[in-house]
Amino acid sequence: MAVAREAEPVGSLKEVREAGLDREDLLGVYRNMLLTRGIEERGHILYKQGKIPGSFYTGRGNEGASVGVATALGPEDVGTPLHRDMGVHVTRGVEPWRIFAQYMGRSDGPTRGRDGNVHMADARLGLIAMVSHLPAMLPVAVGCALAFRIREEKRVAVGWFGEGASARGDAHEAMTFAGTRRLPVVFVCDNNQWAYSTPTHLEYASETVADRAQAYGFEGVVVDGTDVLAVYREARRAIEKAREGGGPTLVECMTLRMEGHAVHDDASYVPKELFEEWAKRDPIERFRTWLRENADLTDDEEGEIASEIKKILNDAIKRADESPLPEAKTVTDGVFASPEDLDTPHHK
Amino acid sequence: MPVKTYLQAISDGLRQEMQRDKRVYVIGEDVGVYGGAFKVTNGFQAEFGPWRVIDAPLAETAIVGSCTGAAIMGMRPVAEMQFADFVSCAWDQLVTVAAKQFYRAGTPIPIVVRCPSGGGFSGGPFHSQNPESSFAHIAGLKVVCPATPADAKGLLISAIEDPNPVIYFEHKHLYRRIKDEVPDERYTVPFGEARIHREGDDITVVTWGAMVYTADEAAEKLAEDGVSVEILDLRTVVPWDKKAVLRSVEKTSKVLVLHEDTRTGGFGAEIAATITEEAFESLDAPVKRIAAPDTPVPFSPPLEKAFIPQVDDVLAGLKDLAEY
Repeated sequence: MAVAREAEPVGSLKEVREAGLDREDLLGVYRNMLLTRGIEERGHILYKQGKIPGSFYTGRGNEGASVGVATALGPEDVGTPLHRDMGVHVTRGVEPWRIFAQYMGRSDGPTRGRDGNVHMADARLGLIAMVSHLPAMLPVAVGCALAFRIREEKRVAVGWFGEGASARGDAHEAMTFAGTRRLPVVFVCDNNQWAYSTPTHLEYASETVADRAQAYGFEGVVVDGTDVLAVYREARRAIEKAREGGGPTLVECMTLRMEGHAVHDDASYVPKELFEEWAKRDPIERFRTWLRENADLTDDEEGEIASEIKKILNDAIKRADESPLPEAKTVTDGVFASPEDLDTPHHK
Repeated sequence: MPVKTYLQAISDGLRQEMQRDKRVYVIGEDVGVYGGAFKVTNGFQAEFGPWRVIDAPLAETAIVGSCTGAAIMGMRPVAEMQFADFVSCAWDQLVTVAAKQFYRAGTPIPIVVRCPSGGGFSGGPFHSQNPESSFAHIAGLKVVCPATPADAKGLLISAIEDPNPVIYFEHKHLYRRIKDEVPDERYTVPFGEARIHREGDDITVVTWGAMVYTADEAAEKLAEDGVSVEILDLRTVVPWDKKAVLRSVEKTSKVLVLHEDTRTGGFGAEIAATITEEAFESLDAPVKRIAAPDTPVPFSPPLEKAFIPQVDDVLAGLKDLAEY
């Protein structure tokens, strides 16, 4: 029996306004979701064209969850988004051309070619670059929250993980520590039901991942990750609670990973019916319909937004392609930081 | 100048940095109310409060991982592993996250992880290890192994100042056994500068940590036979003072590399290989290594004694070199 709270869907514009978003904000959310998907779709094409080395991952189906949580972050808040959370980078304002430069291993990517795909972050936007060992970022997010607590700052850290990552000990240690100290951190589980080819029942035996929160001494909530507004409302509630000293929350966003683990993977192990069922709940289509029904989104506005996104993507890819590859002789540069590197405006 | 134990020097250095810099905090198991398993942070919580001397759950991954997050947020965390052996539980946080973050993402991670290391008192396989070479192999980590009380303080302050993750191995067998003069004022000891513990002309010993004293006793005995041994205390393994080692080898032409860590893949192998590559023409004998055998650290006293290099082992090695 589930012990975590199940969040209600968001019904009306009035409810959204109460949650802190006006119509212009809503259109911003819609733009960010479209841009997120657009970046990954165009990245996929570049990958097939051989312009992106290594592997390529997308977060298709997770745009609502990632954009919804990021929209609820305050300007001074920080987070550790993972590889299905492009929407977090987009919402925090990363320049799209830098993402393409990152994909292509160019000098102007946030990691200057030292790391690939979504292993990046613009520190000035309050984001910390992920590692492949996904739940390893949760203790890092907890440490950000610890710093805020020590300095008595009203800031919040968000740590993302997946239902697969929930199986690792890092997740347990991070939540144990955050729970005992009531640190201002929100744990967001992108539960997309598949960790590569492994289904949820082989990752956790409880009904939901959020059920665990009770054992760590804080609240767990399960939200439909395809409902961007419900995600926003629950994330905001959790973030503001943490900000006011109420301790952590575990927000579990239920989605389906709509593509393979990475683009080489055809996901043949996922039942076809599951894809069909979740395709009907596409987060972007769902929000578009909601905006038309509740916020008078017009054909003209939709057209404008679509062409705006298209232009951003075209310009971004062009600019990224002009960025040089890193010079081979720089391979040994920057293994160790110098004292002056501490003065760069990462996080203050 | 006041005389202090190695342990007191570490404690004093840490306290001074915490008094001077509000960003510095301590986190670990039993470091607060109890003052640490070895009492390095004794009285700290009363002085600095529970949010700067943090009793953590038994969770090394959370301890070190949270240091990384807090460091990115502008703090200067100092974590204590209760024993160096337990740092294995934080391997991922050090090796996967902290070590690579600056190279990948340009984010410096100024954290210090204090690791009480070494054997000599039947601590057994899990309370006696010297895992410095494992970390020396990881690009992006600095590895510090002080031998004297003055260095213990100065190197700790340098470690806290350093913008990189630093693993600070403090040898438990030196804690209360070794006493020496330690300045009261704040000072740093730079990384990568070896210290000549003993000057000599015939044989160079390159070592660090507690083995400095083992080597010194052996050198003292050999002096009676008229053989003069130079002992170089590396002080830091990453970065290591290659120039000082090569300079000494050029002077003496014979070299013994000595460490308490196990032999295969130990850091001594790196030193020996470098000497062979860069000072081959100066050598009058093959580079000799003395290290622990490739076993876990055994518990029972005769076995542990057979594991940790003893004065007689070093003496025999030095005599071999002298006679070569």
